[in-house]
Amino acid sequence: MALQVVTANRLIDGRVVFLADGYRWVEEIGSARVADGEEPAKALLAIGEKAAADRIVVAPYLIDVSSDGARITPTRYREVLRALGPSSHPAFGRSPSATLAAQR
Amino acid sequence: MYQYDSYDRTLVDERVAQFRDQVQRRVAGELSEDEFKPLRLMNGLYLQLHAYMLRIAIPYGTLSTAQLRKLADIGRRYDRGYGHFTTRQNLQFNWIRLEDTPDILAELASVEMHAIQTSGNCIRNVTADHFAGVAGDEIEDPRIYCEIIRQWSTFHPEFSFLPRKFKIAVTGSPHDRAAVKVHDIGLRMHRNEAGEIGFEVLVGGGQGRTPVIAKTIRPFLPKRHLLSYLEAILRIYNQLGRRDNLYKSRIKILVDSVGVDRFTQLVEEEWQQIRDGYLDLPAAEIERIRAFFAPPPYRALDAQVPEYEAALRRDFRFARWVRTNVTPHKRPGYAIVTLSLKPTGGIPGDATDAQMEAVADLADRYGFGELRVSHEQNLVLPDVTKADLYELWKQLETLELATPNIGLAGDIIACPGLDYCALANARSIPVAQQISKHFSDLTRLLDIGELKIKISGCINACGHHHVGHIGILGVDKHGSEFYQITLGGSADENAAIGDIVGPSFGATEVVGAVETIIDTYLHVREGGERFLDTYRRVGLKPFKEKLYAAH
Repeated sequence: MALQVVTANRLIDGRVVFLADGYRWVEEIGSARVADGEEPAKALLAIGEKAAADRIVVAPYLIDVSSDGARITPTRYREVLRALGPSSHPAFGRSPSATLAAQR
Repeated sequence: MYQYDSYDRTLVDERVAQFRDQVQRRVAGELSEDEFKPLRLMNGLYLQLHAYMLRIAIPYGTLSTAQLRKLADIGRRYDRGYGHFTTRQNLQFNWIRLEDTPDILAELASVEMHAIQTSGNCIRNVTADHFAGVAGDEIEDPRIYCEIIRQWSTFHPEFSFLPRKFKIAVTGSPHDRAAVKVHDIGLRMHRNEAGEIGFEVLVGGGQGRTPVIAKTIRPFLPKRHLLSYLEAILRIYNQLGRRDNLYKSRIKILVDSVGVDRFTQLVEEEWQQIRDGYLDLPAAEIERIRAFFAPPPYRALDAQVPEYEAALRRDFRFARWVRTNVTPHKRPGYAIVTLSLKPTGGIPGDATDAQMEAVADLADRYGFGELRVSHEQNLVLPDVTKADLYELWKQLETLELATPNIGLAGDIIACPGLDYCALANARSIPVAQQISKHFSDLTRLLDIGELKIKISGCINACGHHHVGHIGILGVDKHGSEFYQITLGGSADENAAIGDIVGPSFGATEVVGAVETIIDTYLHVREGGERFLDTYRRVGLKPFKEKLYAAH
């Protein structure tokens, strides 16, 4: 089973966020907490759903990722764009690694 | 242009107050996301890939300079310094915060704007010919009737929860620049044998998953019956349109399933019940609305303007821009100017806050403080004197709004695609950028001639790919972006749905495929044939052979 992280949009401003350790939501996918296996993924999503009920985020869900230890990369291209910002507008990239989006 | 009366103002102000309260209740936990979502959508607020997106209505594509300045101001203060003009003549902001939205709507209300009818299963913002009121071939200004339809349709209690969204477009000219044949209802103004002006009523057009060219259900409708007839159509659709299947819920599917004759009969029967009643449009009411669209105080000018003619002879680059971006005006000595929002390699439809402010200044200086948004994602200054064209062009050049490519291969329509849109399967903007860069040689663009390339990132077809001379549709194949190409589509009075050329192309192959298509056209065209003429003469075969020769 693939590695997974939980993502959502923050309620108040709509920005893409990822669930990190300590129930925190971060904008950098690199800081996300990675679940390896079905049970950890379920537990992670449950935390996300609690945060949705608490009006911190909207519509949390699990995405498949790969990790080389240093970097976390979503499997689906849609999620790459969510993590890094629009490929057509580098100035709107979310991190220096946004150039990854343009490579596809 | 139209100005709010006390009803309009009250209605829009009340809506702002309601939404402010709804946002507060959402943040306070009194409303769940499921409860809140339809409320925010009724105010044009979508949750997209990266943030909330606010879609602002620009009714029938007409904007005042005060409104454009307000949009620039909102773009700078609440967004990231951009606005995106869409194929629905609307404007979208891509980086909006929920907590700012009530304030933004209040700002919009201060210049008689809102985001009502930009989402949901209601009658959406009515669209029109972007040259309305100034086109040389126009019979009557369609915006008069667009505004009447707007007043009838806004918060219409019976039609606020239709089976699906509903789009109406109106043209007052024989040459259809408003794509009326691919709308749920298209209205085409024309004269009958007695010389009276009325509407040809077309129903059931649309793009999306099932592209259909609209069918005429009434060749001539006198103006005073406009609203009762629309009401009859909407009532039949509201009763019989499918609500069990999202993909079969548009009126085009209903018209197809019952047959156009039966559908027409149902509408006519309903209309007989309600015609000549309270929806009858008295001539005085039409005249009252017409007054808002009265021609501006044009000066009596000569058609020949020596300094303009001299500039054309003197400056080749100016002449090239005039050839593509300037359209004859109905008044002598005036011209219609299209500002290209398609700079080479740029994002179709994007304008910065600074550009919007500068355009507003130019529209005040070289016009009557009014401008237009086209469904082809460009801006229009409708009333420029020929004597001012040279000065205006020089200023537009410095603003990067004078790319001489209107109607040519660089003037590409593209939806936001997967870069922004939660529904998309593939990116559209980078494809448009690559094609635009590839065909950046202006001499070659002119040689290729009229060519409408339209790109959608999914089958919902916001980028109008079905009616592109060359249409490009992004599809997801096992997680990768692929692009299906169609040829021969058209959105004008001879509307046609494009034919799929064959298997789709990978993201890196699309530009090459477009190049092959254009090369094939240049090879087989005869005389002054446009791309579409050639395609209609020779069909898919030569293009298919070239495109798939190596496969």
